[in-house]
Amino acid sequence: MSEYYNPDHLPQFDRIGEGSPELAEKFFAYYGAVFAEGALSAREKALIALAVAHTVQCPYCIDAYSKSCLQQGSDLEQMTEAVHVATAIRGGASLIHGLQMLDQVNKLGM
Amino acid sequence: MSQPTTSLVQRGARLATPQAQLATLAAIDLSKTRHQGNFATALVANGWQTLTPTDLEIFQINVGKLCNMTCRHCHVDAGPDRIQENMNRETIDDCLRALDQTPAHTVDITGGAPELNPHFRYLVEQCVERGKHVIDRCNLTILLAPRFHDLPEWFAARGVEVVCSLPHYRQRNTDAQRGDGTFEKSIVALRRLNAVGYGQGDPQKRLTLVANPVGAFLASSNASVEQEWKAGLQKHHGVTFDRLIALNNMPIARYLEWLEESGNLQSYMELLVNSFNPGTVDGLMCRNTLSVGWDGRIFDCDFNQMLNLESRTPEGHSLHIRDFKLQDLVDRQIGVDRHCFGCTAGAGSSCGGALCM
Ligand code: SF4
Ligand code: SF4
Repeated sequence: MSEYYNPDHLPQFDRIGEGSPELAEKFFAYYGAVFAEGALSAREKALIALAVAHTVQCPYCIDAYSKSCLQQGSDLEQMTEAVHVATAIRGGASLIHGLQMLDQVNKLGM
Repeated sequence: MSQPTTSLVQRGARLATPQAQLATLAAIDLSKTRHQGNFATALVANGWQTLTPTDLEIFQINVGKLCNMTCRHCHVDAGPDRIQENMNRETIDDCLRALDQTPAHTVDITGGAPELNPHFRYLVEQCVERGKHVIDRCNLTILLAPRFHDLPEWFAARGVEVVCSLPHYRQRNTDAQRGDGTFEKSIVALRRLNAVGYGQGDPQKRLTLVANPVGAFLASSNASVEQEWKAGLQKHHGVTFDRLIALNNMPIARYLEWLEESGNLQSYMELLVNSFNPGTVDGLMCRNTLSVGWDGRIFDCDFNQMLNLESRTPEGHSLHIRDFKLQDLVDRQIGVDRHCFGCTAGAGSSCGGALCM
């Protein structure tokens, strides 16, 4: 293996079943059900997936859900806003911990 | 996709001829895809030995390649420079005589921008007089040209269904595919159609939007997409319409050129082939439609027309509208090739939209 990430892995995702076909089958059935049209539309779910993909920084998911978002009818502006939502939550999540820091400083300082 | 373009013919581009387009498609290595990228094999594998017509329902007339626009994805290679290829009055009369011999209930008029043909209004009038449902495939922007200002009202008085191209309900994507400013002009045109009663649920004034993917991916088939479009256009532009049809882009003419230039050709063809959906075959438009070219030649569909793949009798003769005999059509086999995977990918794609949901 010459690299950690390989684009060919994405279309071969089902090979994960080699080690445990039963768990793979359960996972893929669940996965398919999650993304089906439901109370949220398939387009909305793809946008959420795109945002989460950026949060977990998974290149496979970014590849897959960029395509999926376009195919479900989202455009670049909408997709960029979704990525900013992920970014804002990540940034905000760091920053809110600043209050823990502040409490520590206030407790320890004079 | 944001650069404006001109017609392949005007540029003398390599892909300007149907032969070059067919050769380009044939040269793609699809040996690792399902059915090795062979459409006939895919049909046979799913129980279709041959593709044959059903009852003729739609009489489609392509009145010419002249267009006020030059969209990047155009499978007709239409444009303002295509002034040679336009149907004359004689051929239009041949079409009407042929129409009278068929059971077709709908006449689907396309182009280019069909309104630019000098005999367009005559053709529509004649079809309406015959009690046919008439569809005008309209690019919207043409309605803003001064000599077409009265068209929305003129259509409304005749119950013409207006089927309009709008790649996306948001500006960026529409302009990327059809040229800067197209979206705003399209919205103005849609408002004019709304103002005379189109797009408000009246079957006599049906306003249909056609969406093509802006890029190398498949058309969405979800019912929720129509709701999103309706809500989006209503909220931001106060525009209403009756239904949305999503079509895949066909790997023909300028879209084929874009696929090649953008490095997407191989993967797009793999996507089309691997998304082959046997459930779409039954409803393919070539089965219930006849397509007449500007010069009167008869084809199985508008795509075959652009690739110069003529309808043929079992004896191998090509067909012309001047010598129309319904039986010739009934007996024929439909000619298929690689581009046909564009019609069967995913939920499928025909001039009427998704073939199965
Ligand atoms: S896609 Fe339609 S509007 Fe655009 S250039 Fe072709 S015929 Fe004209
Ligand atoms: S391109 Fe589509 S409509 Fe035309 S012959 Fe092929 S499958 Fe039929």
